[in-house]
Amino acid sequence: MRTVECDVAVVGAGPAGLAAAARAKQCGAGRVILMDRDRELGGILNQCIHNGFGLQLLSQELTGPEYAEHFINEARDAGVETLLDTMVLEVTQGRRIVAVNRTEGLMQIDAKAVILAMGARERSRGGVIIPGMRPAGVFTAGAAQRFVNMEGYMPGKRVVVLGSGDIGLIMARRLTWEGARVEAVLEILPFPSGLTRNIVQCLNDQGIPLYLSHTVVDIHGEERVEGVTVAQVDANLRPIPGTEWDIECDTLLLSVGLIPENELTRDVGGELDPVTGGPVVTDEMETSTPGIFACGNVVHIHDLVDNVTREAWTAGEGAARLVAGQQPGGRTVRTRAGEGVRYVAPQILHVDNLASRDVRLFMRAMRPAERVQVEAVVGGEVVFSKFERVVRPAEMVVLTIPRGKVSPGRVSLDSASPDHASGGAQPELVVRITPRDCDTAAERGMKA
Amino acid sequence: MQLKRLAADVVIIGAGVVGTGIARELARYDLRVVLVEKRADVAFGTTKANTALVHAGYDAEPGTWKARLNVRGNALYPKVCGELGVSHKNTGSLVVALSEEQAAHLHELKERGETNGVPGLEVIPRERVLAIEPGVNAEVVAALWAPTGGITSPWELAIAYAENAVANGVELLLSSPVTGIDMRGGRVVSVRCPGVVIDTRFVVNAAGIWADDIERMVGRDDFEITPRRGEYYLFDKRVGHLVSRPLFPVPSQSTKGIVVAPTVDGNLIAGPNALLVGDKGDLATTAAGLAEVIEGARRLVPGLPVRESITNFAGLRAVAVPAGDFVIGVSPGVPNFVNAAGIQSPGLTAAPAIAEAVRDILADAGLELVEKPDFNPVRERPMRFSELGRDEQSALIEGNPLWGHIICRCETVTEAEIVEALHRPVPCTTLDGVKFRTRAGAGRCQGGFCGPRVVDIIHRELGIDPEQVTKKGGRSYILSGPSKDPIQRQATCCCSAETGGADEHKIEMRECEEVGGHAHGRV
Repeated sequence: MRTVECDVAVVGAGPAGLAAAARAKQCGAGRVILMDRDRELGGILNQCIHNGFGLQLLSQELTGPEYAEHFINEARDAGVETLLDTMVLEVTQGRRIVAVNRTEGLMQIDAKAVILAMGARERSRGGVIIPGMRPAGVFTAGAAQRFVNMEGYMPGKRVVVLGSGDIGLIMARRLTWEGARVEAVLEILPFPSGLTRNIVQCLNDQGIPLYLSHTVVDIHGEERVEGVTVAQVDANLRPIPGTEWDIECDTLLLSVGLIPENELTRDVGGELDPVTGGPVVTDEMETSTPGIFACGNVVHIHDLVDNVTREAWTAGEGAARLVAGQQPGGRTVRTRAGEGVRYVAPQILHVDNLASRDVRLFMRAMRPAERVQVEAVVGGEVVFSKFERVVRPAEMVVLTIPRGKVSPGRVSLDSASPDHASGGAQPELVVRITPRDCDTAAERGMKA
Repeated sequence: MQLKRLAADVVIIGAGVVGTGIARELARYDLRVVLVEKRADVAFGTTKANTALVHAGYDAEPGTWKARLNVRGNALYPKVCGELGVSHKNTGSLVVALSEEQAAHLHELKERGETNGVPGLEVIPRERVLAIEPGVNAEVVAALWAPTGGITSPWELAIAYAENAVANGVELLLSSPVTGIDMRGGRVVSVRCPGVVIDTRFVVNAAGIWADDIERMVGRDDFEITPRRGEYYLFDKRVGHLVSRPLFPVPSQSTKGIVVAPTVDGNLIAGPNALLVGDKGDLATTAAGLAEVIEGARRLVPGLPVRESITNFAGLRAVAVPAGDFVIGVSPGVPNFVNAAGIQSPGLTAAPAIAEAVRDILADAGLELVEKPDFNPVRERPMRFSELGRDEQSALIEGNPLWGHIICRCETVTEAEIVEALHRPVPCTTLDGVKFRTRAGAGRCQGGFCGPRVVDIIHRELGIDPEQVTKKGGRSYILSGPSKDPIQRQATCCCSAETGGADEHKIEMRECEEVGGHAHGRV
């Protein structure tokens, strides 16, 4: 087996891997190797031929392939080496990678830092447990997208989409444009899972009905899908008897969530976040295994690629710092999702970093809300907050804590939250989303 | 249409694990054997949807076919699976009693098993159960330990049987439903399938849930197959370690109950429930049924996480009424028509023994069995990348680079394995066929990533248009046609000019230009 040594090895060349690899190299890492199992760089962006990418980061509205191209060029210009059609079979705690491809066979890559950027996979029918027959014609939205946009084939002509995730919405429009009839999009929750702009542009503008609080309760057809039975659900998401009706269709697309692709992460070991399904990471995007970094959908599911790129830059910088022996040491603070927040990432912050640079927190709102204050709380005191006119679970909330807001003195062991179960020794930074009108951030700060 | 005419000594109807097993048994002898199957592949009926268990044999009433053939079949498994390269693990099994009342029943089971000739049965106390199966319900009182219980892969076995049979001269006709059986003087003379008539001296009816329909074709109505549906959960390999051997509840009258078992591939399976259904095509799972399965499974293993479910499915047990037992033997009044019907549980375990029994019945009915000197009982297990060491993997890639190309990432299946599966003695042409042979698409993403690639490989290797590739034969097409439709593209162009934003319009226009310049004029 051929052995290769490098400073940074990046697993996955989607938006996360591309940006992380380029940034690591730009920040002074020596040899950087970027690997992907697919035949081209860019990952899932290649099949996302719709526009809307890069609005925040590049101030342009690009298609997926165009967005990818931008970062492929950057990685190439930076001097990142790439290995395509290459599958990583194994990653060890000692940062040794075993990978395989057709030309090199098995190879071993010893890296000083590894960045995991494998992305996510789609939740399938078995993951959401839809009863009924098992005919052909049930696709995850992304698989259908690949067929249509990459292979040039239609998955069907009359389509029902279950789930209002972004890929499902995009595919509802794409299939309509390609001549299929999209009968309905069903969402089991009382609010959409995808971005508002996608609801507007992909459904409303195409005249596709969206049924909230509805799900598929039966699939018909022995060989190919012939129809589905749908029903309204109650507050506990259980179908309400008597509300069923049938929709004739030949295709059921599932857009029912993404699952971080963390098989390699699990093999390495280390702490996983039960809510995100991804590894627990520091504000350097380092996992609990030293030298193993992670970014993008592997860590938590993003909605905007711009945020993936930002997170990947942090990972690339972190890996470069590790290679250079300049990692922050010292004490850390644990972040925790408080009121109104489903999760927050990163989960661990270096006190030194909080003092010396801006630290970005990504979080998901628990439920839609208007006029809220997003707050970071340490030891009962609001250290930083911002107003949001509206928050939705579908749209990532970003809170960037300016440097110095949390000084080392503030984060003493005394500030450890009393209800923090794990020994209570580690200080906490709690993020919460609270209604602004009844209790302002300032007041909360005073009271605490 | 020109009818093809074949001549056979024996026609076997149905290529499930029973029919393929009989075919392989008869392949030992100097006979012309034709195996006909209505579906596009072997193992596509009940064989692909069951609990995949090798039962010890304590359940069946002593003296029944079930009792006899279970114990005999169980004893044959190591040899058969060894010769044919089929996965089989002799894990032992446990019947778990959760109350004193149930524990009392274990002794009855043990006695019955001993009468049936099951070796090594033992009622073991709570502590020993928990020591070997820490995931089992802590309320466990005792369990019946059956050391000969185990697990296998039913479709691997049926595919291997069929491949070995074909390699030894059996002719296999797939996608060939029997449309009629011709009789003369009270004996079968030929079997008809679309486009082919097979003149034959004997017929074996191994048609699973359709066996009663086949028997009616020879004018007999000795039994009825009432399909009893069982639903299943399959769980991610991540939780495969939760149990190490099949766990049964204490059985009821009609079924062995909902089982939790490991699979030979490292997953966990839970099921089946039992519901009589009127329709032989009714393989639908139901919300109520799946809930029943989870409830039953969690009585045995409370820590079973539903969120690790990767798929659900249903199978139909071919229950023969009024017999209740397997229906094995010459059909009364038709001396050259042999039934191997009503093969419900423990049919998979019994399959190797059913093959022997049917062979003997055919011999008694006048079929001469002359052993072929060149019969080769060995079928090599197809190599699987994921089962090999790094050195072996390296060597394979050196010889053929396709071994270095992973197509199914969940199960680490290479392109070489898929290509090989498409060109084996029993060819497969479908996505499910590839899945059952290689496990591509059988993992946690259920073909989400590799599906399009496998379609492409089938297209390339077999020359089947992507639109004609099916999931499981018949009209189970994966795709409906090409996506680029110029007419539609023009229509879209108009539409988006009216409703879309400026940027969106720009992009659509670009697509229009690629298709044809006149599209612009219409906007």
